[in-house]
Amino acid sequence: MSDVRSRLADAGYLADDGIAGVVYLADRLAKPVLVEGPAGTGKTELAKSVARVTDSRLIRLQCYEGLDESKALYEWNYKKQLLRIQAQRVVADGDGADDTSAGDRATGAAGSGETRSGVAWRDLEEDIFSEEFLLARPLLEAIRSQESVVLLVDEVDRVELETEALLLEVLSEYQVSIPELGTVRAERIPLVFLTSNNTRELSEALKRRCLYLHLDYPSLERERDIVLTRVPGIGAELADQVARIVRSLRTLDLKKYPSVSETLDWARTLVVLGVESIDAEQAKATLHVLLKYRSDLERASKELTVADAQA
Amino acid sequence: MLDVLTGFVSELRAAGLPVSLTESLDAAEAVHHVPLEDREALKYALAATLVKSSTHWKAFETAFEVYFAMRGPQYDIDADDGTDLDRPDDDADLPQGEGQGGRQGGGGGEGLTPEELAEMLFRALMNANEAQIAALARQAVGRFAGMEPGRPVGGTYYLYRTLRNLDLDRVLERLMESARQEAPDGTLTPLEERLARDEFQSRLDALRKEIEDEIRRRLVADRGTEALARSLRKPLPEDIDFMHATREELASLRRAITPLTRKLAVRLARKRRHGRKGPLDFRSTMRHSLSTGGVPVDPKFRYPRPAKPEIMVIADISGSVAAFARFTLHLVHAISSQFSKVRSFVFIDGIDEITRFFETADDVADAVHRINTEADVVWVDGHSDYGHALSVFWERWGEEITPRTSVLLLGDARNNYHATQSWVVQEIRHRARHVYWLNPEPRAYWDTGDSVVGEYATHCDEVFECRNLRQLEHFVTELA
Repeated sequence: MSDVRSRLADAGYLADDGIAGVVYLADRLAKPVLVEGPAGTGKTELAKSVARVTDSRLIRLQCYEGLDESKALYEWNYKKQLLRIQAQRVVADGDGADDTSAGDRATGAAGSGETRSGVAWRDLEEDIFSEEFLLARPLLEAIRSQESVVLLVDEVDRVELETEALLLEVLSEYQVSIPELGTVRAERIPLVFLTSNNTRELSEALKRRCLYLHLDYPSLERERDIVLTRVPGIGAELADQVARIVRSLRTLDLKKYPSVSETLDWARTLVVLGVESIDAEQAKATLHVLLKYRSDLERASKELTVADAQA
Repeated sequence: MLDVLTGFVSELRAAGLPVSLTESLDAAEAVHHVPLEDREALKYALAATLVKSSTHWKAFETAFEVYFAMRGPQYDIDADDGTDLDRPDDDADLPQGEGQGGRQGGGGGEGLTPEELAEMLFRALMNANEAQIAALARQAVGRFAGMEPGRPVGGTYYLYRTLRNLDLDRVLERLMESARQEAPDGTLTPLEERLARDEFQSRLDALRKEIEDEIRRRLVADRGTEALARSLRKPLPEDIDFMHATREELASLRRAITPLTRKLAVRLARKRRHGRKGPLDFRSTMRHSLSTGGVPVDPKFRYPRPAKPEIMVIADISGSVAAFARFTLHLVHAISSQFSKVRSFVFIDGIDEITRFFETADDVADAVHRINTEADVVWVDGHSDYGHALSVFWERWGEEITPRTSVLLLGDARNNYHATQSWVVQEIRHRARHVYWLNPEPRAYWDTGDSVVGEYATHCDEVFECRNLRQLEHFVTELA
């Protein structure tokens, strides 16, 4: 487990015990991981880092309202099928001339013609519903892949409740049933990450099949380390100050707390501005990188001035 | 292990967490893959398989601490060896000593005076020496909590006694003082001051948690796992009773309500968009039929424009039901986009419109604060008088109720034996589309004592019992 952790750290992702443990278990139990938490705490980044660590291809399915089977699982290449039928007809017309002359000679012409076209139809049907005409979408692609893959189903809370059901077969059995072809099973079981911003409650059925990981804002030490690893050229002192100020802000009653990615943006801003140690004025001037609501900004700067008054 | 696990799962279920059979099987399998001596790893493995919602984390943690309390390696022997009296002479260098030293000191510290203990604690906090803080917490509990075996009091009582003796507020001040002295020029800039305060506060929180854990460990040893788990069981945030919520519970309710309103808004917006389709849009259908050679294969429909109801909320905000009214107002205003208009009124014995507070403040918490300070709701003595409040409402705003208005009345209808004036509700009902009454009291208490909800109920479309977030959420969904 500590191995998982150190390897993730090598890939530039600082995991805490909980994250490393869940990733380790996901690999061992071959179960998908449902990652939930506030925006900007590194949910998507986790999947990407795991892909980097395991040298796998990352297949990403971005969810949105109105996502359906044909965009998530597979789709028949309708145009190519049409072309195939057209081509068949051209060939059949060539044959047709022979057909009629043969039919004239034989007695039960109509009957044999029918069986012949029946056979042709079945051939054609088998033909146009074969792998050749199948367009694999992310889920099927992840299942069929020969190399090792990490499947990331991003923002799964955006799809409707009914569409979630699409995922269930893939997640629990690692297989996709295509009526015309039968069942496609996974050659290698992919590591699956689902992320959710918690805009709605996911269905029990989906939750039951997953390991659950709640990613919250990191602890002070971890955030400092994250800033240190992800922002080039930042001093240890500044990183420490950044992390501490952000923690203070998160204790306030804000509409939207500064996320880790915003902390990083802020740290970068400060580095670019050539700040080595923050004072209240500089903090106030650059707060808009961290906070995105006017009322939050006002409250935060008020807090800083309240501290002024106390001193 | 299996026994412990099944016991643990059934405790979780008893606490209200939905743990399915497959999940407990997963947990059992997961346990195989983690080193059992690593308590944290075990905790995360169980959490990942059993807990599927962040609001349930707290309940899980409590149960976990109880069930796996004495099983951590470092607590095996030295957890309650208060009898070990070989007080080492190296107490002096303890603050510099690392974890193991601190723990020995903790075990043998019976001879310490309270002053020495406080001093050591202060220094440990100053240096953020976690191992030592833990050891001292353990010792403080042994010293101050005065725990008696078999005494059936809850852990909070012991916690209170320990904390009172430690006086953490003063410790915080001392820490701040010495931080100021350590600064190069003797003072801190305001920003540094604030940061230092937060830093110490978080260390003190860690200490507090350490003390809670220690008390729990001792209680488990004393009373046994199951009994303790039962007494520590707390309701989940969505099941907390508004009327009897403690301050801590109210805080957790407040935290729970923001994500709830967001979810509700998303759900309702979706319901609207994906609900019944509107009438056939002939023009659009013809336009789309062009691609199929003029055959209208794919009929197009107009978007439905469902009527959005107008809402008037009339809430009692006198002491007993204030929390409930606040949460309801919060919820209704957070999803106000689902209604064509929301107007709110609050009363105790006088009544005042508070819609303006929500309009000017872009933050609901702010608005609630202003309601509490600025709204003019007291008429005579500040005891609920539904009758007077309602008749004033009727006089002043009754005209504005239209057939599209739904009126929500919030309160326990404990009228202090004033006149009910229930004719007002009857009149309101004649004009309005619906009249609902939400009562935060359990149904069994209705119409007992000075509660007159029954009298109003005859004139309402329906009266709902609304004791926790779950019921409130359900009602609001139905309403929109």
